[in-house]
Amino acid sequence: METVSPGPIETSIHDKLLQALKPSSLNITNDSWKHRHHAPMRAQGGGNGETHFSVQIVSDAFIGKTPMQRHRMIYSVLSEEFAQGLHSLSLKTKTLDESGDKSSTSDI
Amino acid sequence: YSIIRSAAPFAHRYISTETRGLIQKAIEERPVVLFMKGTPKLPECGFSRAVVQVLDLHGVPEDKLKAYNVLSDPELRSGIKEFSDWPTIPQIYVNGEFLGGCDILLSMHQSGELEKLLVDSKIIPEEIPADK
Repeated sequence: METVSPGPIETSIHDKLLQALKPSSLNITNDSWKHRHHAPMRAQGGGNGETHFSVQIVSDAFIGKTPMQRHRMIYSVLSEEFAQGLHSLSLKTKTLDESGDKSSTSDI
Repeated sequence: YSIIRSAAPFAHRYISTETRGLIQKAIEERPVVLFMKGTPKLPECGFSRAVVQVLDLHGVPEDKLKAYNVLSDPELRSGIKEFSDWPTIPQIYVNGEFLGGCDILLSMHQSGELEKLLVDSKIIPEEIPADK
């Protein structure tokens, strides 16, 4: 399967999170293709291919913040993207210490 | 002065007082209130389905849970995002308090925090019935 280069929304998500949260690790996956058949996406003609993303981010900006606070930090950075068709964002947030915990599984 | 580049970032218009009042009433009506895509029996999104499954796993009884299908009500769909100041669906409220979305609920489930909350709030009994 050919590799598709990131679209404008993915690029924007990447750049904004990089700048705002200075993460030590940032991984963005475009999951839009998996959701194109859902009713709300069908209504939009399948969506624009940049509707659903997964973000895994490690940043010490999250130290002392609850999961909800971390998510709100990310959402506020990306408010324009949500207005432009971003539909869903799956988030895994960790601090550097949390990500180094060898006893945890790879899911959160 | 700061230039306001976009009003109400996640909603395209301000929520009406009436809608806000209706949502406020809805989140207080039952211990667990869920704003989702589709219905608990027929979820229309994987994240909404996951939330329903987790709540079901913990045995949240039907009379303590109310689910609202945002796909059937555009006013609710944009209204709840502004009400919660949260741009995505599903959204879970427990005892009138916003818990977050699917990721947070799953994380609370895995850590045991969700069970503790449901038990402490007397939404589910402490012991698991033998025949569950």
